[in-house]
Amino acid sequence: MSGRDRWIFPGVMLLVALFPLLARNIDAISHYVDIMVFAGIFSIVSLGLCLLMGYAGQISLAQAAFFGIGAYASGIMTGRFGWNPWAAMPVGIFAASGVAWLVGVPALRLKGHYLAMATLGFGVIVTIVFSEELEWTGGPSGMVDIPGMTIAGRAVASEIAWYYLVWVFVFLVLLFCFHILHSRVGRALRAIHEQETAAESMGVPTSRYKVQVFVLSAALAALAGSFYTHYVTFLTPSSFNLMWSIRFMLMVMVGGMQSLWGALLGTVLLTFIGNEWLQVFADFEILVYGAILLVVALFLPKGLVSLVPRRTGSKDIRKPAANDGSS
Amino acid sequence: MDGFTLGTQWLQYAVSGLTIGVIYALVAIGYNIIYNVTEIINFAQGEFVMLGGLFAVFFVESLHLPIILAFAAAVGMVGLVGLCMDRFIIRRARNASVLSLIIITISVSILLKGVAMFGWGKDPYSLPAFSSGSPIIFRGAAIQPQALWVIAVSALVVIALTFFFHRSVYGKAMLACADNPNAARMVGIPVHRMVLLSFVLSAAIGAVAGVVITPISLMEYDRGALLGLKGFGAAVLGGLGNFFGALVAGVILGLAESFCAGYLSSGYKDAVALTLLLLALFFKPEGLFGSSEAVKLKRF
Repeated sequence: MSGRDRWIFPGVMLLVALFPLLARNIDAISHYVDIMVFAGIFSIVSLGLCLLMGYAGQISLAQAAFFGIGAYASGIMTGRFGWNPWAAMPVGIFAASGVAWLVGVPALRLKGHYLAMATLGFGVIVTIVFSEELEWTGGPSGMVDIPGMTIAGRAVASEIAWYYLVWVFVFLVLLFCFHILHSRVGRALRAIHEQETAAESMGVPTSRYKVQVFVLSAALAALAGSFYTHYVTFLTPSSFNLMWSIRFMLMVMVGGMQSLWGALLGTVLLTFIGNEWLQVFADFEILVYGAILLVVALFLPKGLVSLVPRRTGSKDIRKPAANDGSS
Repeated sequence: MDGFTLGTQWLQYAVSGLTIGVIYALVAIGYNIIYNVTEIINFAQGEFVMLGGLFAVFFVESLHLPIILAFAAAVGMVGLVGLCMDRFIIRRARNASVLSLIIITISVSILLKGVAMFGWGKDPYSLPAFSSGSPIIFRGAAIQPQALWVIAVSALVVIALTFFFHRSVYGKAMLACADNPNAARMVGIPVHRMVLLSFVLSAAIGAVAGVVITPISLMEYDRGALLGLKGFGAAVLGGLGNFFGALVAGVILGLAESFCAGYLSSGYKDAVALTLLLLALFFKPEGLFGSSEAVKLKRF
């Protein structure tokens, strides 16, 4: 962490910590705690995707699939085999990482459009598997009988308890991401984003780093998926389809691809749009998402955080040209 | 007797595979036309197919047009959609990065899907077949007349396109833009207009595919993504930009899918084409008919 982040981090943490105390006492927004639990879960996915898209410059339309692998692995291990959720969680993470590595090694040799299509195709295949393996996943009608979470023998029952559990993990993941970005790997990723060929000729093992970030983003998505499973205790394949992958991408883009704070902001915003404000006209949902995505891509490619004036001193990417592409 | 039924089944699957395969080929050709001129992969290509089918349904059911007129009107409407897409969206993003362009065409695809859901609802629609008549029985396999229409119309489109690109001034100009946009501009080819034309043409071809397939497989608002993805599989497998390759690869994908649905598992039939797409992307991104040298020079 450097510069402003040193101040923003505890500030945001305080805000998040105090939020339920406020929300709980106001009837009109008391259910916001529940929405914020979802926002926290999705944030874990979008922080990983932010590293991949914003910093390494690689696109992935398969995040919902990894989210789903984590969710179903956790659901099957606990519901079927009676494992503790905390023991099931690493299973999902390992499964998603393994799959991500298998797909990532050949896929990340591709660039731009081809990479997008490859991850898109992979994501759709995974959704088909979720729908077809009735015996394991319950198929389209869903998977039930998933237990909730416990900590030291006590059930995590209330929304408030879930809220703090999930957001503690969000901040741990955030710390971890900041740590990565300010390490050798982080600098290498940015170099890959700016000019892959140049990075490679300077001795950066570009393909290895790209695969590693892809696997990391998949692992984080699976971690989030595990929380999701035990929070909602009901899974259907439609929670992990292409639309959700696009939604995760949108979360990262709205806030600002090249900023972890942006990803967090975008995720909270989009979760509120999806779970609260759009409930009124649910059928418009897809139109609204399309419109937001288009407007952001055309007019605000660096997301909402680019509207905040930058102070000198922070060592994030500062570049006048809108070159956020991968070729 | 057993051998006989096995034989007819085989033929039946082959016919339905061929039918859906030429549809994938048309979608792939749509990708190729835009890619050839702009080097953009249009993620909304599948939505053109969906819109084509649904517009035709609208013209037949609501306006009671004869099918031929409805066909033409639907293709025209979707062509207009393609025109608007280029004129009002893609042209604004002329200097955008590849990542932004991907996201822009994805958002157009979501928007089109949303509009379709709004306009037509979530139910699948059907169209009457182009010609009435009972299925033709050929060696025990029942062939719907509409399947013949699909194949005939697709063949016509491919022939017409071949003539267009090799004989007409516009077609040659479009190919020139593909080869080298700067040089094309210098010899006086209006590159903007050629890009516009490529979007209109590719949307119209998508619509043709949508109209001819709707009587067989119905059409609903969310069919675009999967059709687009499989069509892209055909485009890659055939070598991106290669029309003949797209046709062959589309038929291969259609046959693979149909045989899988018949003999292995109908639930996984959609996964077959996608798996082939992944294999092609991973191990033979230049396609069956492309050269691996040339593919290194392409910009994705």
